[in-house]
Parts: sequence; C-alpha cells; structure tokens
Amino acid sequence: MKDDLRALLYLSPWVLGFLVFQFYPLIASLGYSFTNLNLMGTTRFIGFKNYITMFTRDPDFYQSLKVTAVYVLFSVPFKLIFALFVAVLLNMKIRGVNFFRTIYYIPSILGGSVAVSILWRILFAKDGIVNRAIAYLHIPAVDWLGSPNIAIYTLGLIIVWQFGSPMVLFLAGLKQIPSSFYEAALVDGASRPRMFFFITLPMLTPILFFNLIMQMISAFQEFTSAFVVTNGGPMKSTYLYGMKLYSEGFSHFNMGYASALSWVLFIIIFILTIVIFKTSNNWVYYEDGGNM
Amino acid sequence: MARVSRDSIKYILLIAVGMIMIYPFVWMCLASFKSNDEIFGSLNLLPSKISFAPFAKGWEGSGQYTYTNFFSNSFWLVIPTTLFTVLSSVVVSYAFARLKFHFKNAAFMLMIATLMLPNAVVIIPRYMIFNNLHWVDSYLPFIVPALLACNSFFIFMMVQFFRGLPKELDESAYIDGCNSFEILVKILAPLCKPAIISAFLFQFIWTWNDFFNSLIYINSVSKYTVTLGLRMSLDNESGVTPWNQVMAMSFMTIVPCVLLFFFAQKYFVEGIATTGLKG
Repeated sequence: MKDDLRALLYLSPWVLGFLVFQFYPLIASLGYSFTNLNLMGTTRFIGFKNYITMFTRDPDFYQSLKVTAVYVLFSVPFKLIFALFVAVLLNMKIRGVNFFRTIYYIPSILGGSVAVSILWRILFAKDGIVNRAIAYLHIPAVDWLGSPNIAIYTLGLIIVWQFGSPMVLFLAGLKQIPSSFYEAALVDGASRPRMFFFITLPMLTPILFFNLIMQMISAFQEFTSAFVVTNGGPMKSTYLYGMKLYSEGFSHFNMGYASALSWVLFIIIFILTIVIFKTSNNWVYYEDGGNM
Repeated sequence: MARVSRDSIKYILLIAVGMIMIYPFVWMCLASFKSNDEIFGSLNLLPSKISFAPFAKGWEGSGQYTYTNFFSNSFWLVIPTTLFTVLSSVVVSYAFARLKFHFKNAAFMLMIATLMLPNAVVIIPRYMIFNNLHWVDSYLPFIVPALLACNSFFIFMMVQFFRGLPKELDESAYIDGCNSFEILVKILAPLCKPAIISAFLFQFIWTWNDFFNSLIYINSVSKYTVTLGLRMSLDNESGVTPWNQVMAMSFMTIVPCVLLFFFAQKYFVEGIATTGLKG
C-alpha cells in the first residue's frame, strides 16, 4: 500500500498525461465523430451522418485513401529494403563504419523539417537540379512534382531517404547474429546469397517486424511533405490522408467530421497492425521461441 | 585480387549512398549564396560569386517580424518543452523500472500501447482542450504535455536504460539510508547521463522541426517559430519566391540541429539502438 502510493507519486505526471491527453482524447474523438462539432455553431448529435457522408458523398475521402495506400505501399517497403541493404553493407568489415553511419543518419534527423521539404521542392522542380543532372546523362526530363502519376512517388522518396533509424536497428540486429552460424554454413558450402536468405534474414525478422509496424503507422500519418512540397497537388494526386484531416479539422473546423476521419484511420491502422501481429507467427523467427 | 575489387565495390557503394544522403544539404548550403537565376540556371555546385545578400534579405522575414523573432520564439518553445520532457520521463521511468506496485505490468503495457496510438486520432480533442483553456496561440500546448510525460517514447527509452543499471546500486544506497528519491537523484540519474542526453537531443530536434502542431496551435506571426516563418516565406505577396533567400533561411534553421547532431552523434545512435524505436 505504501509502495503503491510512493509509485503513484512518481507516476503521477504520466497518469495525468495519459488520462488527459491520450485516453480522454481517444474516447472523445469517437464521441465527436457522431456530432456536427465545429467551432462556430451549436453541437448536435447526428448519429452516423459523418460516416455516411464520408463513404457516400466525399470523393476527396476516397482520393486521400487511395493516395495514402499508394504512398504507404511504396515508401515503407523501399525504406526497409534500403535500410537493410545499407545495414548489411555497414556490417561488413570496413573502415570508417561510424563515419558512414553518421552521414547516413543525417536525413533522418532533418528530413521531416520544413527546410528539407522546401529543398525537395526546388531539387525536383521541372527545371530543377535533378532534371538537369539526368539531362546530362541524356535521360529525358521527368516532371517529378507536376505529374499526377509521379508526384506521390517523389514524395515517397523523401521518406525512403530517411532510412536512418531502421538502418541503425538492423545494424544492431546484425551484430547479434552469432558468427558460428555463418562458419557452419561455410563448412557446408553455402553461397553468400543462401547465407543471407537462410541465416541473416530469418534472424532479423523480429527487427523487421518491429520496423514494419512503426514505419507503417508513421507513413499513414505523413503530413509535412505533402503540405509543403506539393500542397496535395497536382490534381489531388498527393492529397494524403493527413492533409484531408488537416483541411477538414483545422482549415474548415469541421471537428466532428475530422474526428470521424481520424477514427477511420485509426481503425485501418489498428486492423493492419493486428494482421501483421497475427501473421508474424508465420514469418518472424524468435530464437527463444517467442516467449516475451 | 578478387578481395581488393570486392572491397572497392563496397566502398564505392558506401560513398555513393553517402553522396545521396548529404548532397542535398551541401547543395542547399551553397545555393544560399547564389542569385535566384543561378539556382535554376546552372548545374555548378559552387556559386559563381559568394553573396551574403540572400542571408541578409532573408533574415528580414515578414518585415515586421524578422528571423531574430522566429529563432527566439523557437528557443522559447523548444527549450522548456525539451527540459520538461526529460525531467518527467526520468521520474516516471524510474517508477516503471525500479519500484514495486500493483498493476505495474498493466500500466507498462498501456504505456507501450500509447507508442502505437496514432497522433491523428487524439489531435482534435486535444485541440478542443487547449482551445477551451484559451491556450491556443501560446506555447502551453507544447510545454504542458511535456511536463506530463506524454511522449512515451522517452519513458520507454529511459526504462530500458535504467534496467541496464545493476540493482545492487539501489540496494546499497538504501542500506546507507537513502530514500527512493535520493537514490534516483544521487545514484541513478548521474549514471543515466547518456540516456538523458539522448532524450534531450531527440526531443530538441523533433520539437524544433515539428510542423503540424506549430501550424495548428500558433496563429499570430509574432509567435511564429522558424518552421512557420519558413512556410510563410514561401507564399509571399509578389508571387515570385526569392528561392535563394528561402534556401539561406532554410539552411539557417537546420544549423542548430546539425551542430547538435555532430557534437553528440554517438548519443543519437545509442538512443535509437537501446530503444529500438522511431525517428
């Protein structure tokens, strides 16, 4: 009892913060989603109207879902593959590992900033440096940000470029793999690709699993790059879900409708997380049998 | 022979990836010294002549409010937020890592679960809370959640670090008559310095670069932080964006983060590796 009180004293900031800024908002946004809450008029309970409007009369909702799905499906796998590739490279016996690791981490530190979004806008402009560089190699210019078919992938590149933290995690995981595994494989005459696919990759699956979930959750909520680099355009081709939420909630102050949007996103992320967790039994390998 | 060529392929790859990583920043820095025509007109990395005019002109900001205001605003927002985050996270994580209490596992699971709670789903009620308290257009929506340990990433990170410290330390201090608070402050906190520095660095840089929250909570230009100042410089009245000035100011806004990163880079990587999270 005395122990509990003492612990509560230390925990009190978090308990309060959790209740006020996490638990209550989670429940409240569900409640709001059944109202017409906005900052002007009176708030009324309107049942499922927000959800019905969203699914039947809001083409922007479908557009943002579609764009976000493309964005997540493109950026997350590429980011993880790239992170893994670089981690494997850094794990080889090379000099200056720390130097390279530092350099590779910089975009992850700064990449989410407005400054980098602005930079991206200039680099990938139609007459920007990227196009002039590829013209040098006789590749025809690409309308990176102006073409509705391409812009979303250009935005995805910003995120792929910020592969630093999954890379650091993969690298830490690689260091954990006992070298005896590789030695045994070498004795058996295994080739390098075989070792990668039958030792390295299975041993890294717990980290892959973790990276996948965290990166997916954050990719679904991306906002800054879409807002600053393309402002959702051209023709709403980069109108990510985060932008839709922002424009309903904080440009038009349709808080009730925005809450409904946020719950749809929450449910999507929740279901995907559960699916990844459930399937993880089949593809994630825990050396200790998985008892956490 | 084969050995040598395999090695050189490795290094060529490493350097090529490294170039992709930092070239944009180098280009940004050098573009700050160029004229507007040169930014879009020439492939040369180096400016034809070095001019500090983009810095001087860019710094003027909106005219009424300069980047001196935006930088000082950023510091007024970021420093309290960062300090309070570290302080509250250390205290809370100490309880999770060291104290015995009922429902500890449940509370810990709850804390971990909030790591995966999408920010999007809580942002509107949070805004309503701050709006009702008349805290919108102040820095309190950043500072108060920091004081209440609302970023469980840092709690988790500190818990992981505390767990790595031997329990005998606490026990011997306890026998010497220290109470739990003294154990935390005198014995454990000094040993946690690397984790505390990591937490400080991450929170500093994340808050410094945060855009979404600044956008919704800060309305008046007099309170703009550097990220909002930058955003404002993009939509100026004349319709022609002075990109060299924008680049110069963009570069200035990342300087504090770059300096912090280079002076303390090992703490970043350690921070990430101990928690295995985010970024």
